[in-house]
Amino acid sequence: MSQPTWTQDGYELVVGLEVHVELATKTKLFSASPNRFGDEPNTNIDPVTLGLPGALPVLNKYAVELGMRIGLALNCTVQPCTFARKNYFYPDMPTSYQISQYEDPLNIDGWLDLPDGSRVGIERAHMEQDAGKSTHVGGGEGRVHGAEHSLIDLNRAGVPLVEIVSRPDIRSPEQARSFVNELRAILLTIGASDAKMEEGSMRVDANVSVRRPGAELGTRCEIKNVNSVRSVGRAIEYEARRQILMLDAGESIRQQTRHWDEGDGRTHTLRDKEDADDYRYFLEPDLVPVMPSAEWIDAVRASLPMLPAARRTRLAEATGLAVDSEAIGSIVDRGQDDYAFAVHDAGGDIGRAVVHLKEAFAELGAEPALPAADLAGLTRLEVEGKLTATQAKTVVAELIEQGGGDAAAIAAAKGFEAMDTSELETMVDEAIAAQPDAWEKFRAGENKAMGALVGHIMKASRGQADGKLVTRILNARK
Amino acid sequence: MAQLGTASQIAAGVRSGSLKAADVLEQHLAAIGAREAEIHAFNHVMADSARQRAAAIDAMVVAGHDPGPLAGVPVALKDNMCTRGVPTTCSSKILAGWKPPYDGTVVTLLQQAGAVTVGKTNLDEFAMGSSTENSAFGPTRNPLDTNLVPGGSSGGSAAAVAAGFAALSFGSDTGGSIRQPAALCGVVGVKPTYGRVSRYGLVAFASSLDQIGPFTRTVADAALALQVVCGHDPHDSTSIPDPLPDYSALLERGVEGLRIGRITDLPAGADPDVAQRVEQAFEVLTAAGATIVDVEVPAFTYGLTAYYIIAPAEASSNLARYDGVRYGLRVDASDTNAMYSATRAAGFGDEVKRRILLGTYALSAGYYDAYYGKALRIRRLMAQDFAKAYEQADVLLTPASPSVAFPFGSKTADPFAMYLCDTYTIPSNLTGEPGMSVPFGTGRQGLPVGVQVLAPALAEPLMLQVAAELERAAAGLDQGGAT
Amino acid sequence: MSDRLTNDAVVKVARLARLDLTPDEIERATEKLGDMLDHFADIDALDLSAIEPMNQPLPIVNVMRDDVVEPCLDRDEVLAAAPQAEDGRFRVPPIIGFAG
Ligand SMILES: [Mg+2]
Ligand SMILES: [Zn+2]
Repeated sequence: MSQPTWTQDGYELVVGLEVHVELATKTKLFSASPNRFGDEPNTNIDPVTLGLPGALPVLNKYAVELGMRIGLALNCTVQPCTFARKNYFYPDMPTSYQISQYEDPLNIDGWLDLPDGSRVGIERAHMEQDAGKSTHVGGGEGRVHGAEHSLIDLNRAGVPLVEIVSRPDIRSPEQARSFVNELRAILLTIGASDAKMEEGSMRVDANVSVRRPGAELGTRCEIKNVNSVRSVGRAIEYEARRQILMLDAGESIRQQTRHWDEGDGRTHTLRDKEDADDYRYFLEPDLVPVMPSAEWIDAVRASLPMLPAARRTRLAEATGLAVDSEAIGSIVDRGQDDYAFAVHDAGGDIGRAVVHLKEAFAELGAEPALPAADLAGLTRLEVEGKLTATQAKTVVAELIEQGGGDAAAIAAAKGFEAMDTSELETMVDEAIAAQPDAWEKFRAGENKAMGALVGHIMKASRGQADGKLVTRILNARK
Repeated sequence: MAQLGTASQIAAGVRSGSLKAADVLEQHLAAIGAREAEIHAFNHVMADSARQRAAAIDAMVVAGHDPGPLAGVPVALKDNMCTRGVPTTCSSKILAGWKPPYDGTVVTLLQQAGAVTVGKTNLDEFAMGSSTENSAFGPTRNPLDTNLVPGGSSGGSAAAVAAGFAALSFGSDTGGSIRQPAALCGVVGVKPTYGRVSRYGLVAFASSLDQIGPFTRTVADAALALQVVCGHDPHDSTSIPDPLPDYSALLERGVEGLRIGRITDLPAGADPDVAQRVEQAFEVLTAAGATIVDVEVPAFTYGLTAYYIIAPAEASSNLARYDGVRYGLRVDASDTNAMYSATRAAGFGDEVKRRILLGTYALSAGYYDAYYGKALRIRRLMAQDFAKAYEQADVLLTPASPSVAFPFGSKTADPFAMYLCDTYTIPSNLTGEPGMSVPFGTGRQGLPVGVQVLAPALAEPLMLQVAAELERAAAGLDQGGAT
Repeated sequence: MSDRLTNDAVVKVARLARLDLTPDEIERATEKLGDMLDHFADIDALDLSAIEPMNQPLPIVNVMRDDVVEPCLDRDEVLAAAPQAEDGRFRVPPIIGFAG
């Protein structure tokens, strides 16, 4: 398998990612107040969310189901699991412990295949609750340092999270970005999360270390606060260079949690691991184990839609394009591949359909309003040589604007008359006569020279000639 | 006190219209007025809301509606049960003045059953103690002798029933906190099977051990109370889904043919007056047709250690939410960590701090396996030992408390001396099995002795059946001090 | 006095538990807790490696609720009970350091 690698001054990069995703449930993981982004502060609160004395957690079954969907989509084993308390004090954690999965997570031992063919192992994907939100007042730009006081909103407290922990299999910033993109596409496809990094419903922490190839793993630093896919790459790259500089200067790397600053493009020390708290994990006595039955697991597996990788393969095979080509990637990302097949099923040409989808459908979402049969009609005209690519583009724009219509009628109204082959043959004769030098060069194997001939024909036909057909005729004459 | 009637009598009278809930309440409020200043059973008396409630219940009866199985019964609640809009303090400065925005499940069930809540009772802070001396609001006194403790931690609830302030009260039992004060105050106290009564709205001490239960004057009242508060609650994940039995069904049946277990390797420590009454209990049950069988529960002796590791460990986590952020006390400081530490230092009493430190230690890196991990294994051993014992015996009999009520201050210097009060009650918290204390004669200075009846999980009807027999026999006992 | 526990250990535990104790209180706590650990020595010699830990009394599993919204608590009532509130939120002193 081709695996992108990043090397610098003889060092190799080793990255593992921890990705937190908020699940698309209606309610919180352990209570019935809404899981909803953007509401007035402290309105989605209940005794459990507030950590009131006497409140008890009750597990959200749909959250477990979404957790299983994530695990199964990542080729994990779904197993009997328990919840534990991770004890630490922080004002946005109302009980002063986070209920998380420690020893027995819901999902273990999976993998994620990336479009470039590389595979990244998944160690675990466990369930846990989110914390609330702190706003720092009086410091610079809402930062925690130098703030006069902080304000706590608990709407997000208790929102269900799945934390996906990759194995340290990632070897380049590019591969890390690809991992995040692919994971995000999967989460969207299976409906587990809206996975918006900018709203925090998908959050990426990166464990970064460097080493001489083949050496033991180096000391790693955990990078937090990476808020976009682009930053994932930048933060990792910066951190790797920082560590290499230190090692080359004979210094050793301290295990730290570091903070990515989007503004200055650097990572900064948040805290040393040595003074990290002792979390005193123990099994959560207020909750009981979850033992998903084989029937439940099978039903969830059976309900999973086709995942992005399989969708890309399917579309690539149907069109003959490369599986990691931009057109295949973007159409599947947008979820328009089903539409492409609908065009095909309506008697259209899927190859031509993909060309139009890639460009003209970029803003149209997974279910374009244009009936697939109408786009199919257009692609038929193209295949039959009745419209040139340029003309087809114009007609597609018109179809999209009108929300549908008969492509042939639109073409006719625009005066796009199909030229028949004999007409074109005559034009080719004229072009050869007008440009004998170009013709000789072309015959001698200089393909560049064809441009002048095609240009002549296009000009003569006022753009009505089908460029492909012209090329074919010229080649046949050679 | 007897003229006030039992809960069963009051409910029957109010439902039939022969008694007015308002009159019943006034009698109890009068008793409170007469002795509460001296006894301090309550953190909060709810005279006004109780009067409104009693009037509403009488109106229901007049209108031909049945207010429920506890119609008009004055009830006192341990002040660690959340009552909407009514202070719930756990007898701690850290929660002083806090009014929960919700009712606990037991509170709701009692409301629905027609009970009249008269107040919130005093306890050892966060239910940590065996004498109710650890209350931030001062101790409760034993109504039978105000120089003596009522036991704890549910001392206020035990005293409230013993003093006639309420016909029925509720406490919580994490290591004996219902059974031991019941014994010391001469009332019936039941710890049901773990999960039988919802913990939703009970301020947690040790989540895997806590269980709510009633204090009553009679075994029949205890059965009536259990019928109301037991049952499945979807708000408590550890709540048992099984249907409820009829808790009163076996009360009159006697003990003919039952096998009563005597634990031959029971840890020593019971005072002679108490031990003698327990012996007498075996005798009366034998006389009533039961068979005494010897059983062994080797792990019993490790119960105290396992408990005093597990309970503080869970407590250290449960009490971490008192951080001065969302409710309760805050002591201001320059940053959040300083604020937490100052708030918690000022808000918690010595015993609570001690247990938080102990529990934090037992869970911390490097010590977990030696303490918490080991205690959990002893817990399993304990459950296995009891399971074996229950193959041979239907119920087991032990003392509820090693001693009768003791003077204030006599065990406060040495925490471990106080912990020994729980020797006989702790194992059933670890196993989750039910246990109850039933008054059975008196000991030193004519003070009441409680005999503990232990039974397998969900065998409350059987346990009550045996307790009812002891209750009948106790009526005929010589009430002088055993020597 | 027990040698099972040092002052330093109690200082560390008090910090973890966010309890501001005076040196005197640390001293007394060390003594009392040490005594307690001495009492707990009865389990030291037990070999329990073959026994499974039991963290809950009952073997209940798979307790879950449906994903259905229920009414929330009233924000004003809740914030009125808070030591300090501002802009619909709980107000706390500046957060220094990170514990979690
Ligand atoms: Mg993590
Ligand atoms: Zn996490």
